[in-house]
Amino acid sequence: MTGRDLLPPALLIGLLALVPWATSSNTMLNFLVTVLIVALAAQGWNLLGGFGGQFSFGHAAFFGTGAYATALLQIRGGVNAWIACLIGIAAGGVVGWVIGVLAFRARLRGSYFALVTLAFAEVLRILTNAADFTGGAAGLLLRLDVRPMNFQFASRAVFYWIALVCVAVVLLLTVMIERGRFGAQLAAVRENEEAARALGVDALAVKLRAITLSAAITAAAGCLYTQYFLYLDANIAYGSWISIEALLAAIVGGIGTVAGPVIGALTLHGLGELTKGFAGDITGVDLVLFGLLLVAAIGFAPLGIVGSLRRLRVVRLSGGAR
Amino acid sequence: MLDVADVSRRFGGLLAVDGASLTVAEGEIVGLIGPNGAGKTTLFAIISGFIAPSKGSIRFEGRDVTREPAHLRARQGIARTFQVVQPFAGLTVRDNIAVGAYLRHPRRQDAINHAEAAARRLGLETMLDRPASDLTVAGRKRLELARALATEPKVLLLDEVLAGLNPSEIRDIIPVIRVIRDGGVTVLMIEHVMQAVMSLCERVYVLAHGRVIAAGVPRDVCADPLVIEAYLGHGAAGRIRAGEVAGA
Repeated sequence: MTGRDLLPPALLIGLLALVPWATSSNTMLNFLVTVLIVALAAQGWNLLGGFGGQFSFGHAAFFGTGAYATALLQIRGGVNAWIACLIGIAAGGVVGWVIGVLAFRARLRGSYFALVTLAFAEVLRILTNAADFTGGAAGLLLRLDVRPMNFQFASRAVFYWIALVCVAVVLLLTVMIERGRFGAQLAAVRENEEAARALGVDALAVKLRAITLSAAITAAAGCLYTQYFLYLDANIAYGSWISIEALLAAIVGGIGTVAGPVIGALTLHGLGELTKGFAGDITGVDLVLFGLLLVAAIGFAPLGIVGSLRRLRVVRLSGGAR
Repeated sequence: MLDVADVSRRFGGLLAVDGASLTVAEGEIVGLIGPNGAGKTTLFAIISGFIAPSKGSIRFEGRDVTREPAHLRARQGIARTFQVVQPFAGLTVRDNIAVGAYLRHPRRQDAINHAEAAARRLGLETMLDRPASDLTVAGRKRLELARALATEPKVLLLDEVLAGLNPSEIRDIIPVIRVIRDGGVTVLMIEHVMQAVMSLCERVYVLAHGRVIAAGVPRDVCADPLVIEAYLGHGAAGRIRAGEVAGA
Protein backbone atom coordinates (compact mmCIF):
# COMPACT_ATOMS: atom_id res chain seq x y z
CA MET A 1 0.00 0.00 0.00
CA THR A 2 1.53 3.32 -0.98
CA GLY A 3 1.02 6.77 0.42
CA ARG A 4 -0.52 7.89 -2.85
CA ASP A 5 -3.51 5.58 -2.37
CA LEU A 6 -4.15 6.80 1.13
CA LEU A 7 -3.61 10.52 0.66
CA PRO A 8 -6.98 11.62 -0.84
CA PRO A 9 -9.11 9.69 1.68
CA ALA A 10 -6.90 10.83 4.57
CA LEU A 11 -7.24 14.44 3.42
CA LEU A 12 -11.01 14.12 3.22
CA ILE A 13 -11.26 12.64 6.72
CA GLY A 14 -8.85 15.21 8.15
CA LEU A 15 -10.89 18.07 6.70
CA LEU A 16 -14.15 16.64 8.02
CA ALA A 17 -12.60 16.09 11.46
CA LEU A 18 -11.97 19.84 11.78
CA VAL A 19 -15.59 20.85 11.23
CA PRO A 20 -16.70 20.83 14.90
CA TRP A 21 -14.03 23.44 15.65
CA ALA A 22 -15.21 25.62 12.78
CA THR A 23 -18.86 25.58 13.77
CA SER A 24 -20.82 24.70 16.87
CA SER A 25 -24.14 24.94 15.06
CA ASN A 26 -26.31 21.96 15.98
CA THR A 27 -28.05 22.08 12.61
CA MET A 28 -24.72 21.74 10.84
CA LEU A 29 -23.59 18.82 13.03
CA ASN A 30 -26.98 17.13 12.73
CA PHE A 31 -26.71 17.42 8.98
CA LEU A 32 -23.17 16.02 8.93
CA VAL A 33 -23.97 13.08 11.20
CA THR A 34 -26.82 12.15 8.86
CA VAL A 35 -24.42 12.45 5.93
CA LEU A 36 -21.88 10.19 7.65
CA ILE A 37 -24.49 7.56 8.46
CA VAL A 38 -25.63 7.53 4.83
CA ALA A 39 -21.97 7.50 3.72
CA LEU A 40 -21.27 4.44 5.86
CA ALA A 41 -24.32 2.64 4.47
CA ALA A 42 -23.17 3.59 0.97
CA GLN A 43 -19.65 2.31 1.64
CA GLY A 44 -21.21 -1.04 2.48
CA TRP A 45 -23.28 -0.98 -0.70
CA ASN A 46 -20.24 0.03 -2.76
CA LEU A 47 -18.20 -2.96 -1.61
CA LEU A 48 -20.78 -5.39 -2.99
CA GLY A 49 -22.24 -3.27 -5.80
CA GLY A 50 -19.23 -1.25 -6.90
CA PHE A 51 -16.35 -3.66 -6.41
CA GLY A 52 -18.35 -6.88 -6.73
CA GLY A 53 -20.85 -5.83 -9.40
CA GLN A 54 -23.78 -7.30 -7.48
CA PHE A 55 -26.39 -4.52 -7.37
CA SER A 56 -28.48 -4.74 -4.26
CA PHE A 57 -31.74 -2.84 -3.95
CA GLY A 58 -32.29 -3.98 -0.40
CA HIS A 59 -29.46 -2.81 1.79
CA ALA A 60 -32.20 -1.64 4.16
CA ALA A 61 -32.32 -5.29 5.27
CA PHE A 62 -28.84 -4.86 6.76
CA PHE A 63 -29.27 -1.27 7.97
CA GLY A 64 -32.49 -2.23 9.72
CA THR A 65 -31.06 -5.37 11.26
CA GLY A 66 -28.19 -3.37 12.75
CA ALA A 67 -30.57 -0.70 14.01
CA TYR A 68 -33.16 -3.09 15.47
CA ALA A 69 -30.59 -5.43 17.02
CA THR A 70 -28.93 -2.49 18.77
CA ALA A 71 -32.23 -1.18 20.10
CA LEU A 72 -33.80 -4.51 21.05
CA LEU A 73 -30.72 -5.81 22.87
CA GLN A 74 -30.73 -2.71 25.05
CA ILE A 75 -34.47 -2.42 25.64
CA ARG A 76 -35.40 -6.09 25.95
CA GLY A 77 -32.09 -7.62 27.02
CA GLY A 78 -30.48 -4.86 29.07
CA VAL A 79 -27.26 -5.23 27.09
CA ASN A 80 -24.71 -2.43 27.15
CA ALA A 81 -25.08 -0.10 24.17
CA TRP A 82 -21.55 -0.58 22.84
CA ILE A 83 -21.83 -4.36 22.98
CA ALA A 84 -25.30 -4.15 21.45
CA CYS A 85 -23.79 -2.23 18.52
CA LEU A 86 -21.13 -4.85 17.97
CA ILE A 87 -23.74 -7.62 18.04
CA GLY A 88 -25.88 -5.51 15.70
CA ILE A 89 -23.02 -5.33 13.19
CA ALA A 90 -22.50 -9.09 13.41
CA ALA A 91 -26.24 -9.69 13.03
CA GLY A 92 -26.22 -7.59 9.86
CA GLY A 93 -23.35 -9.69 8.54
CA VAL A 94 -25.26 -12.88 9.27
CA VAL A 95 -28.36 -11.61 7.46
CA GLY A 96 -26.12 -10.67 4.52
CA TRP A 97 -24.56 -14.11 4.45
CA VAL A 98 -27.96 -15.84 4.54
CA ILE A 99 -29.36 -13.70 1.71
CA GLY A 100 -26.12 -14.29 -0.18
CA VAL A 101 -26.29 -18.05 0.19
CA LEU A 102 -29.90 -18.12 -1.00
CA ALA A 103 -29.42 -15.69 -3.91
CA PHE A 104 -25.97 -16.65 -5.15
CA ARG A 105 -26.48 -20.40 -4.85
CA ALA A 106 -29.55 -19.94 -7.05
CA ARG A 107 -27.21 -18.08 -9.46
CA LEU A 108 -29.22 -14.87 -9.34
CA ARG A 109 -27.58 -11.91 -11.06
CA GLY A 110 -28.42 -8.43 -12.23
CA SER A 111 -32.02 -7.35 -11.82
CA TYR A 112 -33.02 -10.70 -10.34
CA PHE A 113 -30.54 -10.30 -7.52
CA ALA A 114 -31.69 -6.69 -7.01
CA LEU A 115 -35.34 -7.74 -6.79
CA VAL A 116 -34.64 -10.56 -4.34
CA THR A 117 -32.72 -8.23 -2.00
CA LEU A 118 -35.57 -5.73 -2.22
CA ALA A 119 -38.03 -8.51 -1.34
CA PHE A 120 -36.01 -9.52 1.73
CA ALA A 121 -35.89 -5.93 2.98
CA GLU A 122 -39.63 -5.52 2.46
CA VAL A 123 -40.44 -8.79 4.26
CA LEU A 124 -38.35 -7.66 7.24
CA ARG A 125 -40.05 -4.25 7.21
CA ILE A 126 -43.53 -5.78 7.25
CA LEU A 127 -42.62 -8.30 9.96
CA THR A 128 -41.07 -5.74 12.30
CA ASN A 129 -44.01 -3.43 11.68
CA ALA A 130 -46.43 -6.15 12.77
CA ALA A 131 -44.66 -7.91 15.65
CA ASP A 132 -45.16 -6.70 19.22
CA PHE A 133 -41.62 -7.72 20.15
CA THR A 134 -40.20 -5.08 17.83
CA GLY A 135 -42.61 -2.44 19.02
CA GLY A 136 -44.97 -2.77 16.06
CA ALA A 137 -45.94 0.33 14.16
CA ALA A 138 -45.22 2.51 17.18
CA GLY A 139 -41.53 1.73 16.91
CA LEU A 140 -38.93 1.64 19.65
CA LEU A 141 -37.78 4.46 21.88
CA LEU A 142 -34.47 4.15 23.68
CA ARG A 143 -34.27 5.54 27.21
CA LEU A 144 -32.41 8.84 27.31
CA ASP A 145 -29.47 8.35 29.65
CA VAL A 146 -26.62 10.53 28.52
CA ARG A 147 -23.44 8.74 29.56
CA PRO A 148 -20.51 7.63 27.40
CA MET A 149 -21.05 4.12 28.84
CA ASN A 150 -24.44 4.15 27.08
CA PHE A 151 -23.11 5.40 23.75
CA GLN A 152 -24.95 8.68 24.38
CA PHE A 153 -23.15 11.98 24.50
CA ALA A 154 -24.06 15.47 25.60
CA SER A 155 -22.02 16.92 22.76
CA ARG A 156 -22.98 16.22 19.19
CA ALA A 157 -19.35 16.70 18.19
CA VAL A 158 -18.27 13.54 20.02
CA PHE A 159 -20.85 11.46 18.22
CA TYR A 160 -19.85 13.10 14.96
CA TRP A 161 -16.23 12.08 15.51
CA ILE A 162 -17.20 8.50 16.32
CA ALA A 163 -19.20 8.29 13.10
CA LEU A 164 -16.24 9.79 11.25
CA VAL A 165 -13.89 7.17 12.73
CA CYS A 166 -16.25 4.44 11.45
CA VAL A 167 -16.20 5.95 7.97
CA ALA A 168 -12.39 6.28 8.13
CA VAL A 169 -11.95 2.65 9.21
CA VAL A 170 -14.08 1.48 6.29
CA LEU A 171 -12.13 3.75 3.90
CA LEU A 172 -8.92 2.09 5.06
CA LEU A 173 -10.49 -1.36 4.80
CA THR A 174 -11.65 -0.56 1.26
CA VAL A 175 -8.16 0.58 0.20
CA MET A 176 -6.71 -2.63 1.63
CA ILE A 177 -9.29 -4.76 -0.17
CA GLU A 178 -8.80 -2.89 -3.44
CA ARG A 179 -5.05 -3.45 -3.28
CA GLY A 180 -5.19 -7.11 -2.25
CA ARG A 181 -6.06 -10.55 -3.49
CA PHE A 182 -9.68 -10.41 -2.36
CA GLY A 183 -10.22 -7.17 -4.29
CA ALA A 184 -8.66 -8.59 -7.44
CA GLN A 185 -10.85 -11.67 -7.24
CA LEU A 186 -13.92 -9.56 -6.55
CA ALA A 187 -13.22 -7.40 -9.62
CA ALA A 188 -12.62 -10.55 -11.68
CA VAL A 189 -15.98 -11.99 -10.62
CA ARG A 190 -17.65 -8.66 -11.47
CA GLU A 191 -16.07 -8.51 -14.93
CA ASN A 192 -16.44 -12.16 -15.95
CA GLU A 193 -17.41 -14.91 -13.58
CA GLU A 194 -16.55 -17.80 -15.95
CA ALA A 195 -13.06 -16.52 -16.65
CA ALA A 196 -12.53 -15.93 -12.93
CA ARG A 197 -13.45 -19.53 -12.13
CA ALA A 198 -11.07 -20.79 -14.80
CA LEU A 199 -8.30 -18.93 -12.99
CA GLY A 200 -9.03 -20.70 -9.72
CA VAL A 201 -11.33 -18.10 -8.15
CA ASP A 202 -14.07 -19.60 -5.99
CA ALA A 203 -16.73 -17.20 -7.26
CA LEU A 204 -19.40 -18.20 -4.75
CA ALA A 205 -17.05 -17.83 -1.77
CA VAL A 206 -15.84 -14.45 -3.00
CA LYS A 207 -19.39 -13.15 -3.44
CA LEU A 208 -20.44 -14.47 -0.02
CA ARG A 209 -17.51 -12.78 1.64
CA ALA A 210 -18.36 -9.54 -0.14
CA ILE A 211 -22.04 -9.54 0.81
CA THR A 212 -21.28 -10.45 4.44
CA LEU A 213 -18.75 -7.64 4.79
CA SER A 214 -20.98 -5.24 2.88
CA ALA A 215 -23.95 -6.07 5.09
CA ALA A 216 -21.92 -5.68 8.29
CA ILE A 217 -20.76 -2.20 7.23
CA THR A 218 -24.27 -1.07 6.37
CA ALA A 219 -25.51 -2.59 9.63
CA ALA A 220 -22.97 -0.41 11.46
CA ALA A 221 -24.68 2.61 9.89
CA GLY A 222 -27.96 1.31 11.32
CA CYS A 223 -26.40 0.95 14.80
CA LEU A 224 -25.17 4.55 14.65
CA TYR A 225 -28.62 5.71 13.57
CA THR A 226 -30.24 4.08 16.59
CA GLN A 227 -27.72 5.54 19.02
CA TYR A 228 -27.95 9.02 17.55
CA PHE A 229 -31.70 9.43 17.17
CA LEU A 230 -32.68 7.00 19.97
CA TYR A 231 -35.83 6.17 18.06
CA LEU A 232 -36.69 3.91 15.16
CA ASP A 233 -39.63 2.22 13.51
CA ALA A 234 -39.96 -0.26 10.67
CA ASN A 235 -40.28 2.39 7.97
CA ILE A 236 -37.09 4.09 9.09
CA ALA A 237 -34.96 1.02 9.71
CA TYR A 238 -36.15 -1.24 6.92
CA GLY A 239 -37.61 1.45 4.65
CA SER A 240 -36.47 1.58 1.05
CA TRP A 241 -35.16 5.15 1.59
CA ILE A 242 -31.87 3.86 2.95
CA SER A 243 -31.48 1.24 0.18
CA ILE A 244 -31.92 4.04 -2.34
CA GLU A 245 -29.67 6.55 -0.58
CA ALA A 246 -26.92 3.94 -0.19
CA LEU A 247 -26.80 3.11 -3.88
CA LEU A 248 -27.43 6.72 -4.96
CA ALA A 249 -24.52 8.07 -2.91
CA ALA A 250 -22.20 5.36 -4.23
CA ILE A 251 -23.23 5.84 -7.87
CA VAL A 252 -23.18 9.67 -7.84
CA GLY A 253 -19.92 9.76 -5.89
CA GLY A 254 -18.14 7.14 -7.95
CA ILE A 255 -19.12 3.50 -8.12
CA GLY A 256 -16.29 1.12 -7.27
CA THR A 257 -14.04 3.91 -5.99
CA VAL A 258 -12.73 4.15 -2.44
CA ALA A 259 -13.93 7.65 -1.57
CA GLY A 260 -16.96 7.72 -3.90
CA PRO A 261 -19.66 6.89 -1.33
CA VAL A 262 -18.47 9.56 1.11
CA ILE A 263 -18.23 12.26 -1.55
CA GLY A 264 -21.55 11.14 -3.00
CA ALA A 265 -23.32 11.34 0.36
CA LEU A 266 -21.87 14.82 1.01
CA THR A 267 -22.84 16.09 -2.43
CA LEU A 268 -26.34 14.65 -2.41
CA HIS A 269 -27.26 15.90 1.03
CA GLY A 270 -25.46 19.18 0.57
CA LEU A 271 -27.39 19.93 -2.61
CA GLY A 272 -30.55 18.55 -1.01
CA GLU A 273 -30.32 21.03 1.88
CA LEU A 274 -29.52 23.88 -0.51
CA THR A 275 -32.55 23.21 -2.70
CA LYS A 276 -34.74 22.94 0.38
CA GLY A 277 -33.41 26.35 1.35
CA PHE A 278 -34.27 27.81 -2.06
CA ALA A 279 -37.51 26.03 -2.77
CA GLY A 280 -38.90 26.44 0.73
CA ASP A 281 -41.66 24.14 1.82
CA ILE A 282 -42.24 22.00 -1.25
CA THR A 283 -42.23 18.49 0.19
CA GLY A 284 -39.89 16.08 -1.57
CA VAL A 285 -38.08 18.68 -3.66
CA ASP A 286 -34.75 17.19 -2.56
CA LEU A 287 -35.90 13.77 -3.81
CA VAL A 288 -36.66 15.28 -7.21
CA LEU A 289 -33.11 16.60 -7.23
CA PHE A 290 -31.71 13.18 -6.25
CA GLY A 291 -33.52 11.66 -9.21
CA LEU A 292 -32.14 14.27 -11.58
CA LEU A 293 -28.63 13.74 -10.22
CA LEU A 294 -28.90 9.98 -10.71
CA VAL A 295 -30.00 10.48 -14.32
CA ALA A 296 -27.18 12.97 -14.85
CA ALA A 297 -24.60 10.66 -13.28
CA ILE A 298 -25.63 7.64 -15.35
CA GLY A 299 -25.96 9.69 -18.54
CA PHE A 300 -22.89 11.91 -18.38
CA ALA A 301 -20.56 10.58 -15.69
CA PRO A 302 -21.01 6.84 -15.27
CA LEU A 303 -17.92 6.80 -13.09
CA GLY A 304 -19.41 9.39 -10.74
CA ILE A 305 -17.69 12.44 -9.29
CA VAL A 306 -14.48 10.65 -8.31
CA GLY A 307 -14.25 8.82 -11.63
CA SER A 308 -14.77 12.04 -13.62
CA LEU A 309 -12.14 13.91 -11.61
CA ARG A 310 -9.70 11.08 -12.16
CA ARG A 311 -10.34 11.13 -15.90
CA LEU A 312 -9.88 14.90 -16.02
CA ARG A 313 -6.53 14.53 -14.31
CA VAL A 314 -5.40 11.79 -16.70
CA VAL A 315 -6.41 13.94 -19.70
CA ARG A 316 -4.55 16.95 -18.33
CA LEU A 317 -1.42 14.89 -17.53
CA SER A 318 -1.27 13.32 -20.96
CA GLY A 319 -2.05 16.73 -22.53
CA GLY A 320 0.83 18.30 -20.61
CA ALA A 321 3.23 15.60 -21.72
CA ARG A 322 2.65 16.37 -25.35
CA MET B 1 -1.07 -37.31 -16.36
CA LEU B 2 -4.54 -36.50 -17.71
CA ASP B 3 -6.85 -39.43 -18.26
CA VAL B 4 -10.31 -38.94 -19.75
CA ALA B 5 -12.24 -42.20 -19.67
CA ASP B 6 -15.44 -42.91 -21.59
CA VAL B 7 -16.91 -39.43 -21.04
CA SER B 8 -20.39 -38.60 -22.33
CA ARG B 9 -22.52 -35.51 -22.05
CA ARG B 10 -26.11 -35.23 -23.13
CA PHE B 11 -27.94 -31.91 -23.67
CA GLY B 12 -31.59 -32.91 -23.93
CA GLY B 13 -31.81 -34.94 -27.12
CA LEU B 14 -28.28 -34.11 -28.26
CA LEU B 15 -25.40 -36.35 -27.30
CA ALA B 16 -22.64 -33.73 -27.52
CA VAL B 17 -19.87 -36.02 -26.30
CA ASP B 18 -20.34 -39.74 -26.73
CA GLY B 19 -18.00 -42.05 -24.85
CA ALA B 20 -14.84 -40.08 -25.60
CA SER B 21 -11.56 -41.24 -24.07
CA LEU B 22 -8.13 -39.68 -24.31
CA THR B 23 -4.90 -39.55 -22.37
CA VAL B 24 -2.21 -36.92 -22.23
CA ALA B 25 1.25 -37.74 -20.87
CA GLU B 26 3.43 -35.23 -19.06
CA GLY B 27 5.38 -32.94 -21.38
CA GLU B 28 3.34 -33.69 -24.50
CA ILE B 29 1.61 -31.35 -26.89
CA VAL B 30 -1.56 -33.15 -27.91
CA GLY B 31 -4.03 -31.85 -30.48
CA LEU B 32 -7.79 -32.26 -30.46
CA ILE B 33 -9.25 -31.68 -33.89
CA GLY B 34 -12.53 -32.35 -35.60
CA PRO B 35 -15.23 -30.63 -37.66
CA ASN B 36 -17.38 -27.83 -36.19
CA GLY B 37 -19.91 -29.12 -33.69
CA ALA B 38 -17.94 -32.28 -32.98
CA GLY B 39 -18.03 -31.59 -29.23
CA LYS B 40 -14.44 -30.44 -28.74
CA THR B 41 -15.25 -27.39 -26.66
CA THR B 42 -17.78 -29.35 -24.62
CA LEU B 43 -15.13 -31.94 -23.88
CA PHE B 44 -12.78 -29.14 -22.78
CA ALA B 45 -15.46 -27.73 -20.52
CA ILE B 46 -15.88 -31.18 -18.96
CA ILE B 47 -12.14 -31.62 -18.41
CA SER B 48 -11.81 -28.17 -16.82
CA GLY B 49 -14.88 -28.64 -14.63
CA PHE B 50 -17.32 -26.17 -16.17
CA ILE B 51 -19.74 -28.88 -17.28
CA ALA B 52 -20.37 -32.13 -15.42
CA PRO B 53 -20.27 -35.26 -17.59
CA SER B 54 -23.40 -37.42 -17.76
CA LYS B 55 -21.14 -40.46 -17.68
CA GLY B 56 -17.43 -41.28 -17.44
CA SER B 57 -14.56 -39.99 -15.35
CA ILE B 58 -11.63 -37.56 -15.46
CA ARG B 59 -8.42 -38.47 -13.65
CA PHE B 60 -5.62 -35.99 -13.18
CA GLU B 61 -2.27 -37.18 -11.87
CA GLY B 62 -3.96 -40.35 -10.70
CA ARG B 63 -6.72 -38.56 -8.73
CA ASP B 64 -10.36 -38.69 -9.73
CA VAL B 65 -11.40 -35.05 -10.26
CA THR B 66 -14.72 -35.75 -11.99
CA ARG B 67 -16.78 -34.16 -9.21
CA GLU B 68 -14.47 -31.22 -8.49
CA PRO B 69 -15.62 -27.69 -9.41
CA ALA B 70 -13.63 -25.61 -11.89
CA HIS B 71 -11.77 -23.43 -9.39
CA LEU B 72 -10.44 -26.48 -7.52
CA ARG B 73 -9.20 -28.03 -10.74
CA ALA B 74 -7.38 -24.79 -11.53
CA ARG B 75 -5.75 -25.10 -8.11
CA GLN B 76 -4.72 -28.69 -8.99
CA GLY B 77 -3.00 -27.34 -12.10
CA ILE B 78 -5.54 -27.55 -14.92
CA ALA B 79 -5.77 -24.21 -16.74
CA ARG B 80 -7.85 -23.38 -19.78
CA THR B 81 -8.34 -20.59 -22.28
CA PHE B 82 -11.67 -19.78 -23.86
CA GLN B 83 -12.49 -20.07 -27.55
CA VAL B 84 -14.34 -16.76 -27.31
CA VAL B 85 -11.81 -14.68 -25.35
CA GLN B 86 -13.04 -13.56 -21.95
CA PRO B 87 -10.90 -10.63 -20.81
CA PHE B 88 -11.80 -8.69 -17.66
CA ALA B 89 -12.52 -5.73 -19.91
CA GLY B 90 -12.56 -3.06 -17.23
CA LEU B 91 -9.21 -4.07 -15.73
CA THR B 92 -5.71 -3.33 -17.01
CA VAL B 93 -3.66 -6.03 -18.66
CA ARG B 94 -1.53 -6.27 -15.52
CA ASP B 95 -4.57 -6.70 -13.25
CA ASN B 96 -6.05 -9.27 -15.64
CA ILE B 97 -2.98 -11.46 -15.40
CA ALA B 98 -2.59 -10.81 -11.67
CA VAL B 99 -5.94 -12.53 -11.02
CA GLY B 100 -4.31 -15.70 -12.32
CA ALA B 101 -1.09 -15.09 -10.39
CA TYR B 102 -2.97 -14.58 -7.11
CA LEU B 103 -3.89 -18.27 -7.22
CA ARG B 104 -0.39 -19.25 -6.06
CA HIS B 105 0.82 -15.93 -4.65
CA PRO B 106 -1.48 -14.37 -2.07
CA ARG B 107 0.74 -11.32 -1.54
CA ARG B 108 0.15 -8.44 -3.92
CA GLN B 109 3.75 -7.71 -4.82
CA ASP B 110 4.52 -11.39 -5.56
CA ALA B 111 1.40 -11.70 -7.67
CA ILE B 112 2.22 -8.53 -9.63
CA ASN B 113 5.80 -9.69 -10.23
CA HIS B 114 4.63 -13.05 -11.51
CA ALA B 115 1.96 -11.41 -13.64
CA GLU B 116 4.55 -9.15 -15.25
CA ALA B 117 6.81 -12.14 -15.89
CA ALA B 118 3.93 -13.95 -17.62
CA ALA B 119 3.22 -10.82 -19.67
CA ARG B 120 6.84 -10.72 -20.84
CA ARG B 121 6.66 -14.35 -21.95
CA LEU B 122 3.72 -13.46 -24.16
CA GLY B 123 5.18 -10.16 -25.38
CA LEU B 124 2.59 -8.03 -23.58
CA GLU B 125 5.01 -6.03 -21.44
CA THR B 126 4.35 -2.74 -23.24
CA MET B 127 0.58 -3.08 -22.70
CA LEU B 128 0.59 -3.66 -18.94
CA ASP B 129 -1.14 -0.41 -17.99
CA ARG B 130 -3.70 -0.43 -20.80
CA PRO B 131 -7.24 -1.65 -20.20
CA ALA B 132 -7.80 -5.11 -21.65
CA SER B 133 -10.54 -3.67 -23.87
CA ASP B 134 -7.83 -1.74 -25.80
CA LEU B 135 -6.19 -4.94 -27.06
CA THR B 136 -6.53 -6.26 -30.60
CA VAL B 137 -7.84 -9.79 -31.20
CA ALA B 138 -4.27 -11.13 -31.26
CA GLY B 139 -3.50 -9.21 -28.07
CA ARG B 140 -6.54 -10.66 -26.34
CA LYS B 141 -5.51 -14.17 -27.31
CA ARG B 142 -2.09 -13.50 -25.82
CA LEU B 143 -3.73 -12.10 -22.70
CA GLU B 144 -5.88 -15.20 -22.42
CA LEU B 145 -2.69 -17.31 -22.58
CA ALA B 146 -0.75 -15.12 -20.16
CA ARG B 147 -3.56 -15.25 -17.60
CA ALA B 148 -3.78 -19.04 -17.78
CA LEU B 149 0.01 -19.32 -17.54
CA ALA B 150 0.07 -17.07 -14.49
CA THR B 151 -1.83 -19.75 -12.57
CA GLU B 152 1.32 -21.90 -13.04
CA PRO B 153 -0.57 -24.87 -14.46
CA LYS B 154 0.67 -28.39 -15.04
CA VAL B 155 -1.58 -28.87 -18.02
CA LEU B 156 -2.88 -26.10 -20.26
CA LEU B 157 -6.04 -26.54 -22.31
CA LEU B 158 -5.93 -24.21 -25.31
CA ASP B 159 -9.23 -23.73 -27.10
CA GLU B 160 -8.47 -22.36 -30.58
CA VAL B 161 -5.94 -19.73 -29.52
CA LEU B 162 -5.00 -19.23 -33.17
CA ALA B 163 -8.50 -18.73 -34.56
CA GLY B 164 -9.04 -15.23 -35.93
CA LEU B 165 -5.33 -14.45 -36.22
CA ASN B 166 -3.61 -13.58 -39.49
CA PRO B 167 -0.79 -15.77 -40.85
CA SER B 168 2.01 -13.62 -39.44
CA GLU B 169 0.40 -13.54 -36.00
CA ILE B 170 0.06 -17.31 -36.16
CA ARG B 171 3.74 -17.62 -37.03
CA ASP B 172 4.55 -15.44 -34.01
CA ILE B 173 2.55 -17.46 -31.51
CA ILE B 174 3.46 -21.02 -32.52
CA PRO B 175 6.98 -20.78 -31.03
CA VAL B 176 5.47 -19.27 -27.87
CA ILE B 177 3.38 -22.41 -27.36
CA ARG B 178 6.45 -24.56 -27.87
CA VAL B 179 8.38 -22.50 -25.32
CA ILE B 180 5.55 -22.92 -22.83
CA ARG B 181 5.76 -26.70 -23.23
CA ASP B 182 9.54 -26.64 -22.94
CA GLY B 183 9.03 -24.74 -19.70
CA GLY B 184 7.35 -27.85 -18.29
CA VAL B 185 3.67 -27.30 -19.08
CA THR B 186 1.77 -30.10 -20.79
CA VAL B 187 -0.49 -28.82 -23.57
CA LEU B 188 -3.79 -30.11 -24.92
CA MET B 189 -5.01 -27.91 -27.75
CA ILE B 190 -8.13 -27.64 -29.87
CA GLU B 191 -7.03 -26.22 -33.20
CA HIS B 192 -8.35 -25.76 -36.72
CA VAL B 193 -5.18 -24.23 -38.11
CA MET B 194 -3.57 -27.40 -39.50
CA GLN B 195 -0.21 -25.70 -40.02
CA ALA B 196 -0.02 -25.34 -36.22
CA VAL B 197 -1.29 -28.84 -35.50
CA MET B 198 1.27 -30.35 -37.88
CA SER B 199 4.21 -28.40 -36.51
CA LEU B 200 3.33 -28.52 -32.80
CA CYS B 201 1.42 -31.66 -31.89
CA GLU B 202 3.08 -34.97 -31.21
CA ARG B 203 -0.25 -36.76 -31.22
CA VAL B 204 -3.76 -35.79 -32.20
CA TYR B 205 -7.23 -37.05 -31.39
CA VAL B 206 -10.00 -36.56 -33.91
CA LEU B 207 -13.48 -35.99 -32.56
CA ALA B 208 -16.59 -36.30 -34.75
CA HIS B 209 -20.18 -36.37 -33.51
CA GLY B 210 -18.84 -36.57 -29.97
CA ARG B 211 -16.81 -39.72 -30.61
CA VAL B 212 -13.07 -40.18 -30.94
CA ILE B 213 -12.76 -41.60 -34.46
CA ALA B 214 -8.98 -41.56 -34.81
CA ALA B 215 -5.83 -40.98 -32.82
CA GLY B 216 -2.14 -40.97 -33.59
CA VAL B 217 0.65 -39.01 -35.24
CA PRO B 218 -0.76 -35.97 -37.15
CA ARG B 219 0.44 -37.16 -40.59
CA ASP B 220 -1.17 -40.61 -40.29
CA VAL B 221 -4.38 -39.21 -38.88
CA CYS B 222 -4.78 -36.76 -41.77
CA ALA B 223 -4.55 -39.62 -44.25
CA ASP B 224 -7.13 -41.70 -42.38
CA PRO B 225 -10.20 -42.20 -44.62
CA LEU B 226 -12.52 -41.95 -41.60
CA VAL B 227 -11.10 -38.52 -40.76
CA ILE B 228 -11.36 -37.24 -44.34
CA GLU B 229 -14.98 -38.35 -44.46
CA ALA B 230 -15.75 -36.73 -41.13
CA TYR B 231 -14.63 -33.39 -42.56
CA LEU B 232 -15.71 -33.67 -46.20
CA GLY B 233 -18.67 -36.05 -46.12
CA HIS B 234 -19.40 -39.70 -46.84
CA GLY B 235 -17.50 -41.12 -49.80
CA ALA B 236 -15.02 -38.23 -49.98
CA ALA B 237 -12.01 -40.40 -49.21
CA GLY B 238 -12.87 -42.75 -52.06
CA ARG B 239 -13.35 -39.89 -54.54
CA ILE B 240 -10.03 -38.31 -53.55
CA ARG B 241 -8.24 -41.62 -54.03
CA ALA B 242 -9.97 -42.10 -57.37
CA GLY B 243 -8.92 -38.58 -58.35
CA GLU B 244 -5.30 -39.29 -57.40
CA VAL B 245 -5.32 -42.54 -59.42
CA ALA B 246 -6.90 -40.83 -62.44
CA GLY B 247 -4.44 -37.91 -62.13
CA ALA B 248 -1.53 -40.29 -62.03
